Amino acid sequence: MTTSTATTSVRPKATSRNIRVRVKRSDGPGKPSRWETFGIRVEPGANVISALQKVAANPTTVDGKQSTPVVWDSGCLEEVCGACTMVINGKVRQSCSALLDDYAPNEGDEITLEPMSKFPVVRDLWVDRARMFHNLKRVRAWVPIDGTYSLGPGPREKPEVQESRYKMSECMACGCCLEACPQFNLEQDEKSWDTAFLGAQAISQARLFNMHETGKVLEGERLDTLMGPGGVTDCGNAQNCVKVCPKHIPLTESISAMGRAVAIHAVKKFFVSRK
Amino acid sequence: MAEQRVIVVGGGLAGLAAAVRVAEAGVAVDLFSLVPVRRSHSVCAQGGINACNEVARQQGYSEYEHFDETIYGGDFLADQHPVLEMANWAPRIIDLLDRMGVPFNRTGEGYRDLRLFGGSLFKRTHFAGATTGQQLLYALDEQTRRYEAEGKITKYEFWDFLWPVMDDAGRCVGMVGQDLRTMQIRAFRADAVVMATGGCGLVYGKSTNSIICTGGAAARCFQAGAHYGNPEMIQVHPTAIPGADKLRLMSESARGEGGRVWVPGIKGGDGKWTKHPRTGQDPRTIPENERYYFLEERYPAYGNIVPRDIATREIFSVCVDDGMGVGGEQQVYLDLTHKPKEYLQRKLEGILEIYSKFAGEDPYTMPMKIFPAVHYSMGGLYTTYVPGSYTPSEARDKHKSGSPSPLDSRVGQGMQYGAPGSMTTNVPGLYAFGEVNFAYHGANRLGANALLSCLFDGLFCGFGVVNYVKDVSKNGAAKQPQGVYDRVVAEEERKQKALLSTTGGIADAKTNPYVIHAEIGAEMTEACTVVKSETRLKQCGAKIADLKERFSRVRLGDAATWTNQSLSFTRSVGDMLAIAEAIQMGSLERKESRGAHYRTDYKDRDDARFMKTTLAKWDAASKSVKIEFVEVDSSLIKPKKRDYSGKDAGAGAEKKVAASPHG
Repeated sequence: MTTSTATTSVRPKATSRNIRVRVKRSDGPGKPSRWETFGIRVEPGANVISALQKVAANPTTVDGKQSTPVVWDSGCLEEVCGACTMVINGKVRQSCSALLDDYAPNEGDEITLEPMSKFPVVRDLWVDRARMFHNLKRVRAWVPIDGTYSLGPGPREKPEVQESRYKMSECMACGCCLEACPQFNLEQDEKSWDTAFLGAQAISQARLFNMHETGKVLEGERLDTLMGPGGVTDCGNAQNCVKVCPKHIPLTESISAMGRAVAIHAVKKFFVSRK
Repeated sequence: MAEQRVIVVGGGLAGLAAAVRVAEAGVAVDLFSLVPVRRSHSVCAQGGINACNEVARQQGYSEYEHFDETIYGGDFLADQHPVLEMANWAPRIIDLLDRMGVPFNRTGEGYRDLRLFGGSLFKRTHFAGATTGQQLLYALDEQTRRYEAEGKITKYEFWDFLWPVMDDAGRCVGMVGQDLRTMQIRAFRADAVVMATGGCGLVYGKSTNSIICTGGAAARCFQAGAHYGNPEMIQVHPTAIPGADKLRLMSESARGEGGRVWVPGIKGGDGKWTKHPRTGQDPRTIPENERYYFLEERYPAYGNIVPRDIATREIFSVCVDDGMGVGGEQQVYLDLTHKPKEYLQRKLEGILEIYSKFAGEDPYTMPMKIFPAVHYSMGGLYTTYVPGSYTPSEARDKHKSGSPSPLDSRVGQGMQYGAPGSMTTNVPGLYAFGEVNFAYHGANRLGANALLSCLFDGLFCGFGVVNYVKDVSKNGAAKQPQGVYDRVVAEEERKQKALLSTTGGIADAKTNPYVIHAEIGAEMTEACTVVKSETRLKQCGAKIADLKERFSRVRLGDAATWTNQSLSFTRSVGDMLAIAEAIQMGSLERKESRGAHYRTDYKDRDDARFMKTTLAKWDAASKSVKIEFVEVDSSLIKPKKRDYSGKDAGAGAEKKVAASPHG
């Protein structure tokens, strides 16, 4: 909060101007990529999404070539759905909250847009992040309730616990933490997903559900997954994840906490298996 | 039971609640969504979810009062029985969400915290920070994933709903959809189809809605013969942050937590306010007595938390009629700077962060600049219901706030539990849940009732769907001849081929789908939002006719047969025109003012002629909208003039002070 305020309050007053949008494009999975640059006129306060909307309405490149509208994924446009994540001037983030006044403040400035590299490209800037949702299944990221019947309230909870759970529960599965992670790699083949590194997102979700009174019921199963291939020990401690998380989720804290829990779980399992 | 299937279209709160409810009963569910369901528009809901609770109850509140507030807030246009059942069910829904692990804010003692919201004098809104919708959606997303892992729900994400499939008897027996990546068009069989596709904000170009809220799926059902109710009832939210691509919501919770709305002004000796000479300059330099808190002055009891339609009109009138908008522009201040930063961070951090990110100013120290924006559609697919056991011989007078409830909150008094006939459209087997239906909110929705109506439909009416498919099991979808499906697939393929054949030159603005969309949005925002009139609406009708003609010659910018977003966007633009026409026609025919619908040429509510549901029907032959009116169920509470300006506005005003120690 304080950081974003600090950066925004010093933003110079931009004016209406012409800028260039350079986009890495590809027609589909396995197709070669190419660069195209579009020239557009923008108003102060405009974001990357509105630039792409202008390109869609008139997809002519700066060389005068008639191209096609750029394909990209988007939803809420207010940074709560996670859909519009892409790599902007080399850094991963949501494109809705990326204001052009920050990236291309002057006449003639250029901004570069690329798809995330850790997920298969569907077309242009749109990538398929199904693996993130698959990983939520791997760590059983849910509270196993006894159905939707009326059974009274859930467990009472201290405000401190609620506050830390809420923070983790703001994860919108955008994939920034995975894009920035040296240990998380592109896996085209779905068959490898069950053994490939889970990454910060799913590990933090495992911690979130282990913190809930009823969610704890599945703690052992979650720790089994985190102990197995692609689990928490694959983390190389680069700490990039926490730096790029748009929701400031304490991801490295989650990874450490799960690392400790896995160690204790392993010892317990060792003694149980010896009996 | 094994071969029964239900299709749910839409993966927001209503769709996921329905999917979970139906799957839990042992019926297989195919769930379709334009986006991974965790990214549905429900994530944008900020403020909270209403329900009677023990703290409010012990101060005199009740489920019945929640019901009464909702009917009154909706200006007596909602059918009353469904609303009664929803209010009675609300506390059960909160408990269920609590069990699912929703991180509701807590009091020091560990109970669920509550906040004040528009249209009530009691704290009855439960919340999880300032992203309640996101948190509720995630809880349902997680339960859905659990059933998906067990093989009870099959997800089809990045799929578009193209058309419902009807058998020769006119029953809905499936749908035709399209994979937005491969562009494959195919039919799916189902014994019932639940539409849970949300609102239609994109009809207005820019709104607070997500980019996916085109209303396309509802428009296709409408054009396939489903009726549409109260299209003209569009909620314009009073407080949004203007933007180039969308108008971002500033939650009502900002006012519920103490936010004050004002403009700089000079008060004359006659008590009248006029424009301040320094308006638009640093608001922190404007002294207290030169700040016109117009909502507090005009509505002493409710102040800044009057219902949305009223706040919107007042802001509009201060800016447009009185010319007192901040800096002479269409904007007013929403001020939280008098509240401690620590308090605001705990209660509102999420939304204040959105403001500082997009507006570039710090809302903790600087009043926010906001203006109304299209937000929610009270209208939607017309649905019927099976009334419950409470059928008084005479409607009661409006409930006195804080007085004892005349009813207990047993299940089944408002609507019969498990009845297959509730929230069904006029097409048997085609249901409509959540924002896409017209039920519950009448002419104006109260804040924090939307999440409730979505969940209520899914959980309560979802059980009715289960009973419906059990009932049709003998002649269900599995027994239909393939031709029933093939003919719809063939028709959709024909439409798509026609669109794809138009590629190669979108240079002409007249036939550019993006330009046509922008023009629909601008026209609808001008003619069909805060103030309407016959003259302007007729102009709007002519404009829509012109746009329909231009759309018939639309040209696509992309001929790709893989992930062609231009194609799906253009298709939805055509569908928006059908909804736009229904909104315009309903607005024109409703010659009165009620809730969100305000006519400058008919300023009063006219119960004798218009306490009726607007029923829009699509005439396939002329490809145009026809309007009728049908009776509203007002058998429980007698209509009364809606007025929030009184000093105590219906007793109970002292509760505003009493409330909880956390306010």
